[in-house]
Amino acid sequence: MSLWEYANPARFMVLSARIVPVSGGLAALCLVVGLVWGFFLTPDDYRQGSTVKIIYLHVPAAMLAINAWVMMLVASLIWLIRRHHVSALAARAAGPVGIVMTLIALVTGAFWGQPMWGTWWAWDPRLTSFLILFLFYLGYIALWAAIEDPDTAADLTSILCLVGSVFAVLSRYAVNFWNQGLHQGASLSLDKEKNVADVFYFPLLVCIAGFVLLFVTLVLVRTQTEIRARRLHALNLRARMG
Amino acid sequence: MIRLVARDLMLAVRAGGGFGLGVAFFLIVVTLVPFAMGPDTTRLSVIAPGVLWLGALLACLLSLDRMFALDFEDGTLDLLATAPIPLEGVVAAKALAHWLTTGLPLTLVAPMLAVLLNLPAQGFTWLVVSLALGTPALSMIGAFGAALTVGLKRGGLLLSLLVLPLYVPTLIFGAEVARRGAEGMMVSTPLALLAGVSGSVLALLPFAAAGALRVNLR
Repeated sequence: MSLWEYANPARFMVLSARIVPVSGGLAALCLVVGLVWGFFLTPDDYRQGSTVKIIYLHVPAAMLAINAWVMMLVASLIWLIRRHHVSALAARAAGPVGIVMTLIALVTGAFWGQPMWGTWWAWDPRLTSFLILFLFYLGYIALWAAIEDPDTAADLTSILCLVGSVFAVLSRYAVNFWNQGLHQGASLSLDKEKNVADVFYFPLLVCIAGFVLLFVTLVLVRTQTEIRARRLHALNLRARMG
Repeated sequence: MIRLVARDLMLAVRAGGGFGLGVAFFLIVVTLVPFAMGPDTTRLSVIAPGVLWLGALLACLLSLDRMFALDFEDGTLDLLATAPIPLEGVVAAKALAHWLTTGLPLTLVAPMLAVLLNLPAQGFTWLVVSLALGTPALSMIGAFGAALTVGLKRGGLLLSLLVLPLYVPTLIFGAEVARRGAEGMMVSTPLALLAGVSGSVLALLPFAAAGALRVNLR
């Protein structure tokens, strides 16, 4: 029994069909609890007022925007090394979810920045690197869409994902060098004391859990769809041959 | 490999279009900037390093889609892939030929165009140095993008979408060298970083580009 058994699409379909309702339900629960708790049951911040509550959407979305790319990177590596089709399809499935997360982070950030910084947009390193990340997602998705042969598309997008990851990290630090930041430090970190007060911290954790579960659910469902589309294509071809 | 570079250069010169086109495009972009920004020379001299870098970058992009496309269509690339030199070497040779026909001329005409934009006198050296260091990286990254999209019928626009985000670090450090040079500041830090980006791109990307070509030739 190993993880690689689920590289078999049939096994993957069975397992994911079992996971999706659970993770989807938990995601809905966490998001409802976290957002209601965060939006209505926490006090306003003494300086930021009610705008602080955008953190419940902004921080989880930003975390997932980056981690979705990392997941695509891992899935691409698995595809390139072990040639498991499910892995390539999962990477493909994660792309649009990741770009939406990036967009949510950018838009909620703009809504927060307008009253707080007095501007919708600043060429701050964090903001700029998220915009660059958005462009990387666009290129990745466009390359998937442009190539007809599925294996060629999987290979080329995986190579792009690998190279893109290196350049994304490079751009992050290049942008740091290029302009001083306006954005505050990380809201959450493992190696430091908490930066967010407890009242905001616990609903935030619930929201993050909800976003992660939502991401897992969406990626699984989209991967299932890709597998079904691939099967349909194969059946069509077979029907035409016979 | 030297033969390959020579052949590509010969094709670029004889087939026409490719060789001077980038430089002409660069000239036009620089001519258009004062129309858009107004003819105020002090303002132009402030934005000159950035505009020159951006113009050179876009001019580099212009001829990328033909780097492998013609050889892919007539089967030359299949022959090169089975030739006794590694495909990584072919990619490097192609990128070098591209640089010699676009990056190098762009670097050489940049000072003349800088006069038009009223670049401060102390900035000329660093502008040329930064372009000479940065444009090889632009050609190599472009070769990677061209290798990814060579099998596509209409890859031109997609190629720009893929390549331009990859140009970000090179542009940041290159334009920073040119800007600091023009303002008479120390350039050693961005210059070292630019050299680092160029060096690692030239060392590593041939492998990625050759991998993409192998997939496309399958």
